[in-house]
Amino acid sequence: MPEPATTTPAAPGTRPAARTGGTGPGARRGRLDLGGLATHALLSLGAVAMVFPFVWQLLTAFKTMPESVRVPPTILPSEWNWDAFQQVFSAVPFTEMLTNSLMNTVGRTLGQLVFCSLAAYAFARLQFRGKNVLFAVFLSVLMVPSQLLVLPQHEIIQRLGLLNSIPALFLPGMFSAFGTFLLRQFFMALPRELEEAARIDGAGPFRIFWSIMLPLVRPALAALAVITAMWSWNDLLWPLVVNTDPSKVPISAGLISLEGQFLTNYPILMAGSVIASLPMLILYVLLQRHFVQGIALSGSKG
Amino acid sequence: MAVFPSTAAKAHADRRPSSARQREGSSRPKRRSQRSAYLFIAPIALGFLVFYIWPLLQTFWFSFTSFGVFGGSSWVGGENYSRVVSDVTVGQALGNTLLYMGMGLLTLPVAIVLAELMNRKGLRGVPVYRALYFLPFITMPAAVGLVWNWLYNGDFGMVNQALSWIGIDGRYWVSDPSTAVYAIGAVMIWSHVGYYLIIFTAGIKAIPRDYYEAAQIDGAGPVRRFFRITLPLLSPSIFFASVICVINSLQQFDLIFVMMSPENPALGETQSIVTLFFKWAFDENAQGPAAALAFLLMLLIAALTYLQFRFQKRWVHYA
Repeated sequence: MPEPATTTPAAPGTRPAARTGGTGPGARRGRLDLGGLATHALLSLGAVAMVFPFVWQLLTAFKTMPESVRVPPTILPSEWNWDAFQQVFSAVPFTEMLTNSLMNTVGRTLGQLVFCSLAAYAFARLQFRGKNVLFAVFLSVLMVPSQLLVLPQHEIIQRLGLLNSIPALFLPGMFSAFGTFLLRQFFMALPRELEEAARIDGAGPFRIFWSIMLPLVRPALAALAVITAMWSWNDLLWPLVVNTDPSKVPISAGLISLEGQFLTNYPILMAGSVIASLPMLILYVLLQRHFVQGIALSGSKG
Repeated sequence: MAVFPSTAAKAHADRRPSSARQREGSSRPKRRSQRSAYLFIAPIALGFLVFYIWPLLQTFWFSFTSFGVFGGSSWVGGENYSRVVSDVTVGQALGNTLLYMGMGLLTLPVAIVLAELMNRKGLRGVPVYRALYFLPFITMPAAVGLVWNWLYNGDFGMVNQALSWIGIDGRYWVSDPSTAVYAIGAVMIWSHVGYYLIIFTAGIKAIPRDYYEAAQIDGAGPVRRFFRITLPLLSPSIFFASVICVINSLQQFDLIFVMMSPENPALGETQSIVTLFFKWAFDENAQGPAAALAFLLMLLIAALTYLQFRFQKRWVHYA
């Protein structure tokens, strides 16, 4: 690192350049724009690679089967038709599958918000015996890969008589070590004075948790909710394990049976995958900030 | 974190004046708070016990037993483990899984470069770029797999179409045993780049701007600034990302399961440890060996994670 002292006198001189050029400071304007342009070129090239598959998915969904395999391909469908979308709904119980996905998502997300926030608060703010041991156990749950648990979990669901049911989809996913850990970090950062003031006013632990502390970690709750909703909606392995009845599987597993039925009828497969991924895309557009925050939070604890 | 020292000091101060009267006064609420702490934790502890800890012990037990066709199980010692170790399909799946891991790690440099490009001062449209790059990550892997199968389609796919414009003959990417695993790996990179981009963006934002300005005044160009400032100061984020990346890519399942139909000739060349586990456990009713396989996978994950932590001192700079 250069001496900070040598940089201070030069710094003010670079300011106006930065303001007029609108890009990096300190160099000639012409060159700077070129650099900015090259950056944009690279980034847009990548963005096209990111977005093109979605565009092509949508365009294919509106084509007829013969048109989708025409060589050379037509870019836009010669006629926008909704046949593929209708066929998806008549071939498999797609509406029910969407409902199942929704219930799975809501079940897991609500469960995590309630159970994780309660436990996280206790770990962060309450004193009790065995706290460290318990927390270590919780953390070790975080490290076990899910496949390791799937066989006995399946057996437990079977014993409970819940195979091929909606609760089977969300039951184990309601409990999350990750969610507990994430919320704990937030509760730890809150000032202790708030709790003490409430305690002196005679509020009990649950009251303090519910009406004082919980509202203060709302951003973390939102981030956890959004991330959990995303994982639940997209999850495939667990639903395949517990539910086989087509009217009880979520949309992700529905896509697999659609694939088995239509093999290479791509307009139908694309229509199905558009419908399956659309809800999460809408949620993302609406709550982008929380998505990004959830990811960044789960990323910053390393 | 900044709160910690003050709260610690306070807890300490609370404890020190231990006159009998004060202790008596504080013991009842303390006991009450103890009890409520257990009540707060009870629901999730019960859930963990039933759905995580007990199953973990059971899988361990499964891995030493054999299941009869008509139910019932018998102790077989290390037989399942020796089957796993000697099975050629396991060797192949392990090779594929490590290949997925290698390709997964390639995502990191791509994401770092993108994050650095987006960090350019005064660049417009960065939120739009970030949103677009993140799009594949939030999309359901099952849907992603179907879309890419269509793009990779040997006869009518857009990948081959685009290649033919520049005079290259395409192939059947996902059914050709020599390309299938790379085709899937490319999709993995495509769908995860946005995730790491967010992690690295957060990391780069934490680097003080002054460093870059000072280096620039001293005549360091963008490439030099990237290697001398961004990379070293980003190393904690890179370390975290590589730990996550290794853990995740060793557990690849969804994409492979969706992209490879059961009659695909490249099935063996793309099978990961987890897809093999799934096949053994639920298609072939070989729960014992499947459980042993899952345990060995956990050991592999634990070992690689441990090694990363072990060697982080050599290259990770904590500010």
